[in-house]
Amino acid sequence: MEPILQIENLKTSFMTSNGEVQAVRGVSFSINKGEILGIVGESGSGKSVTSMSILRLLADTAVIKEGSITFEGKNLIDVSKKEMRGIRGEKISMIFQDPMSSLNPLIPVGNQVAEMILEHHPDRKKEDVKKEVLELFSRVRIPEPEKRYKCFPHEFSGGMRQRVMIAMALANKPDLLIADEPTTALDVTIQDQILHQLRELEKEYGTSIIFITHDLGVVAELCDRVIVMYGGLVMEEASIDDIFEKPGHPYTMGLLVSIPDIKQDKSVRLMPIPGSPPDMTNPPKGCPFAPRCPYARKICAQELPEFIELGEGHRTRCFLQYPDAPADEHNPFRR
Amino acid sequence: MVRYFAKRLGLMLIALFLIILVTFVIMHAVPGGPFTSDRNLSEEVEAALNAKYHLDDPLPKQFFDYLKGLLHGDFGPSYKFTGKTVNDFIANGFPVSGKLGGITIIFVVLASIPMGILAAVKNGKWQDMVVMAVATIGVTIPSFVIASMLIYIFSFRMGALPSFGLDSWKGYILPVITLGGYSVSYLARQMRSSLLEVMGQDYIRTARAKGLAEPKVIFKHALRNALIPVITVLGPTVANLLTGSFVVEKIFAVPGLGVHFVNSVSMRDYTTIMGVTVFYATFLLAMVFIVDVFYCLIDPRIKYD
Repeated sequence: MEPILQIENLKTSFMTSNGEVQAVRGVSFSINKGEILGIVGESGSGKSVTSMSILRLLADTAVIKEGSITFEGKNLIDVSKKEMRGIRGEKISMIFQDPMSSLNPLIPVGNQVAEMILEHHPDRKKEDVKKEVLELFSRVRIPEPEKRYKCFPHEFSGGMRQRVMIAMALANKPDLLIADEPTTALDVTIQDQILHQLRELEKEYGTSIIFITHDLGVVAELCDRVIVMYGGLVMEEASIDDIFEKPGHPYTMGLLVSIPDIKQDKSVRLMPIPGSPPDMTNPPKGCPFAPRCPYARKICAQELPEFIELGEGHRTRCFLQYPDAPADEHNPFRR
Repeated sequence: MVRYFAKRLGLMLIALFLIILVTFVIMHAVPGGPFTSDRNLSEEVEAALNAKYHLDDPLPKQFFDYLKGLLHGDFGPSYKFTGKTVNDFIANGFPVSGKLGGITIIFVVLASIPMGILAAVKNGKWQDMVVMAVATIGVTIPSFVIASMLIYIFSFRMGALPSFGLDSWKGYILPVITLGGYSVSYLARQMRSSLLEVMGQDYIRTARAKGLAEPKVIFKHALRNALIPVITVLGPTVANLLTGSFVVEKIFAVPGLGVHFVNSVSMRDYTTIMGVTVFYATFLLAMVFIVDVFYCLIDPRIKYD
C-alpha cells in the first residue's frame, strides 16, 4: 500500500536556557491511506512533538535538526511557509488535547468552523459555507446545529467543543488527521462517543488518522497499527493484534500490565513502571528505558539497540530480542 | 443586564457620596481656612467673611447645604477669587483641558497599541528592545523632566515649536507628548504582555493549524482577546487625561482645569477643592462604568446578571 505520509529519521530539539532538549531523536514511520495509526507513550516521550513537527506548529524555540517528512512527494520540512499554510487545515488537519482552550472564546463556534473552509476556498459563497458547517455539525452529532451555530465556546461542554474541533478538522476533507490526545480531557462516556465518531468519519471520508494517546485501551478500540515511543525514540512498531498478544519490548509489556482490568481480583495490585522518563537535555547513551527496565543488562546502558524484525510489520528496539541474546529466566522473550 | 447596570449606577452614586463626604471632612480637618492668610485680617473681618460664606455654621449643616447646592448643579462661589464661581472655573477650564486631553488620548491609543503589538510580535528582537527601552524611559522619567527636555530641544535649540500656549496646532505637540508619555509607555507594556500571553494560548495554535497567515492570526484571533486588560487600564487613563494635569498645564501655560487641583488646596479654597474633586470623581466613575459596558461588547463570556 502506498504510504500517504512518511517520516524518516526525524530529530527535533528545543533550544532552552538549560541547553538543548532533544525531544525527538530519530523517529521513522509511515502511515497508509485510510489507516488509523496510534502513537503511544508517556508524557515527554516525544509523541506530541513528532506530530507538531509534521505541520511545523512548534514553538519558536524548536528546531527540526534532521530528517524528512514526505507528504505528496514533498518534504514538509523544506516547503515554504505559504505552501505549509496551504497544507494546514486543507490536507492535514489537527485536533488538540484540550477542547476547553482550543477554541477562540470571542468568536461564535460556527464562524470558527466556517473560517476553516473560507480560508482555503475564499471563492465559496458565505451561505453555502454556512450550510456546509451546519451539515458538519449534524455529522458530528451536535444537536440543533442551527441554534448552536451562533453560540460561543463557553456555552458548550467539553465534549461538545471537541465535536466542534472535529467538525473543523474535517471541514475540508483532509487526507490526514492528527489527533493529539483528543479524548484525554473528557469523561469516559464522552470519550467513547468521540472515538466512535472518529472511526465512522475515517470510514466515510477515507481520512488517515494519527492518533496520539497514552491510553492503550483507546488504541485497542480504534487503531490498526501502533507505534510505542519512549525517550524521543520509537521503541516498538506493530499491528494492533501483535502489540497486545506478543509485545516485543519490556516497555510495551510494562504499559500493558499497568492498564487496570475491571475483571481483575481486587487484591492484585496494579503494576506501575518504577522510575521516571529520562532527562532529554542529556539523553542516555544506551536504551532510554534501560534505567527502568527490570530485564536490563550491561549492554543496554552502553549501546542503543537497532531495530529487529519480529514478524511482518512488527519491529522493536531491544537487545533481548537479538538472536544472540541469552535465553534464560531473565529474558522474558526467551524463557 | 438592565438590572445590573441600574445596580451599578446606584453603587456609583453611593461611591460618589462617600468621596464627597471624605474629601469634605479631610479638607476641614486640615489646619487653616480660606481666610487665614499672612495679611492678618482683623478678627472682625474674618468673622464677617466666615459668616458671609456660612463657614461659622456647624460642619454637618455646611455639608448638607453643599450637597443641596450640588443637586442643583451649583458648585458654589470661589472663596479666593471674588465674583468667580467654581462653575466658572470648570466651564472655562474643562474645554481647554478636555481638548488637550482628547487629542492626547488619540495620540496615546494610536501610539501605544501599535507599539505593544510590534514589541509582542517581534518578541526578543531589536524592535522589541527599542519599544521597551522607550516605554521604560516613559514610565520612569517624570513628566516635568520630559517637558523641560522637549522645550530645550524643540523650542530653545531648534525653535520649531512654541514652548507655551495652545494658539496653533503646533502648540499642542509638546504638551500632548508630555501629557501622554507615561500613558503611552504604560499601555504599550500592557499591550505587549497581554498579547504575548494570548499568543501562547491553545486557540492561537488552532488558528495556525487552520492555515491562517500570521497577520490574520494576530489581528483576528489574538488582538481582541489581548485588548481586554488594555481597556481596563484605558478607562481611568481617559479620566485622568481629560481632566487636565497640573504639571503640564503649569509648564506650558495652558489655562485648563489641572491648575485648580493643586492651587485650590494650598489656598484652602474649599468650594474649588470640592468642585474639582467631585468633577474628577464623576468622570472616573463614569469611565469605569463605560469600561464595564465595553467588556460586555467584547467578551461574550461576561454577562452581568
